[in-house]
Amino acid sequence: MTAAAGQASEIILRTRGVGKTFGKFVALNNISAEFSRGAITSIIGPNGAGKSTYFNLLCGAFPPTKGSVEFEGRDVTGLPQHRFAHMGIAKSFQITSVFPQLTTRENIRVGLQALVSRYDIWRPRARLTELVERADELLALVGLWESRERAAKTLAHGEQRALEIGMALASRPRLLLLDEPTAGMSPEETRTMMDLIVKLAKERTVILVEHKMKLVLGISDRILVLHHGELLAEGTPQEVRQNEAVKRVYLGQREH
Amino acid sequence: MTDATESIKEPHTTTVSWYEFATRHRASIAAAVILVFPLLMPFTALAVNILIYGLYALGFNLVFGYLGLLSFGHAALFGTGAYLCGIAIVHLGWPWYAAIAAGVAGGLLMALVIGVLAIRTRGIYFAMVTMALSQCVYYLFYQAVDLTGGENGLRGINVRTIDLFGLRIDFINPMIRYYVIAAFVIAAFFVMSRILASPFGAVIEAVRENEMRARASGYDVTLTRLLTFVLSGGFCGLAGALQALHLSIVPIEILHYETSGLVVMIALLGGMGTFFGPMIGAAVFLVLENIVSVWTVHWQLIVGAIFIACVLFFPAGIWGTLIARGKR
Repeated sequence: MTAAAGQASEIILRTRGVGKTFGKFVALNNISAEFSRGAITSIIGPNGAGKSTYFNLLCGAFPPTKGSVEFEGRDVTGLPQHRFAHMGIAKSFQITSVFPQLTTRENIRVGLQALVSRYDIWRPRARLTELVERADELLALVGLWESRERAAKTLAHGEQRALEIGMALASRPRLLLLDEPTAGMSPEETRTMMDLIVKLAKERTVILVEHKMKLVLGISDRILVLHHGELLAEGTPQEVRQNEAVKRVYLGQREH
Repeated sequence: MTDATESIKEPHTTTVSWYEFATRHRASIAAAVILVFPLLMPFTALAVNILIYGLYALGFNLVFGYLGLLSFGHAALFGTGAYLCGIAIVHLGWPWYAAIAAGVAGGLLMALVIGVLAIRTRGIYFAMVTMALSQCVYYLFYQAVDLTGGENGLRGINVRTIDLFGLRIDFINPMIRYYVIAAFVIAAFFVMSRILASPFGAVIEAVRENEMRARASGYDVTLTRLLTFVLSGGFCGLAGALQALHLSIVPIEILHYETSGLVVMIALLGGMGTFFGPMIGAAVFLVLENIVSVWTVHWQLIVGAIFIACVLFFPAGIWGTLIARGKR
């Protein structure tokens, strides 16, 4: 649990009746939820529940068909994706997404540079030494210092996921959104990642999407359960675990 | 290894290799080679051609190699630069330096217009849209007979002497002409080197590597693409302007899609996404063309076969292959 559970009254992110349809398919229907600052909130649900769609609405990958998204009291519905990083929202992708041919350090350095210099075509970027220093700090934080000079494509899967989180942290986000951060990881890598998430949550708000309920029960302050595009249940891990509707949805599916 | 430029280019080694040295001093090396280059060529006009097409390919490569978009309409940027330089001299009587500036401005502006219309498309669609737009430009200049001479080309771009700070330089002398043009090309190499080493240079490559990630990091991908395309237009416009001064005429063929295709071949041959590749590609292509066309009228057959062999066996291009060897 994070220390922030006490100040749970402050809302960092809020959705009001958001829905998303693709053609005639209703992926998400009328979800209203609030996310507390400083907490770890997990969004879970079986396959096709609409978790990823909801995640993409939260991080601005695409706008909702209806409803609105509010970040720190400001309506951010429909803003272009690149603006989200500047506002303090960062995300990691479900499918690993790094700059494959750049070195691990350059991956993070580019992420940092987005806040400092985006259109300067004249000054040598080697002179932005503070970016390299901060990149090295972040590399140490996510445990990639040893691999800093290697091309990102040569990293192991778990390392690439860690790199992605490092890149997300580069924009100094107050809200960190993680889409299935442990997808495809070995049990060993999964444990390392979970420890990292708990560590990161000490200084910022974390929302993560996860398929496996068991993984997030231990670390979450609050859990949202989606099913068939609807909000099925919401509450503390304890409440969610005992919820009859949730049990029914997860019953029959072998618990992971 | 604190130099960010080096770490991008050179992910694997930490010792200083010949390749790292070449990267750090790339613009100076280009300048040195260009200065002795005409002495190695059979005749100076060929050396001038190589410079101009090398510069054209350098600008093209910014979009093709570094940004990762295949444009099939760069003839419009090259040709607009040539025509605007020519029109400035023939119709407006501008001095040579103002005419060159007009050519660069023409390249930038045309790139802005084509870029705004094409930049949201990807892959084959971007190639097709840029090609279609460059065909529009072709007909625009073809129809404006009063300004451009239409089918006959724009004639009478006669710059005999160049006044430089009171100095009268004889532009007819081939060697002097080479060095005047070389001065502009060397300057362009320095500017390109700075762009690639700038913060924006890193953004260009990040967008090529992973558009979604770049967007999530906070970069405006569309604007980055557009700005890169416009910068590329400036280099190609300068190349066109120099071509107009060099030939004393702007043939309408300069806007033909063959001119667009040629620069793709040159960049591929030399090595896309490398600093020296475009110039090396231009040198190899034009020297080959020169040698083979003396020997047979079917030179395109031979040069084409060599090109295919190069693409099949050295897909990274001549310079790209050498870099890969040097890294090992």
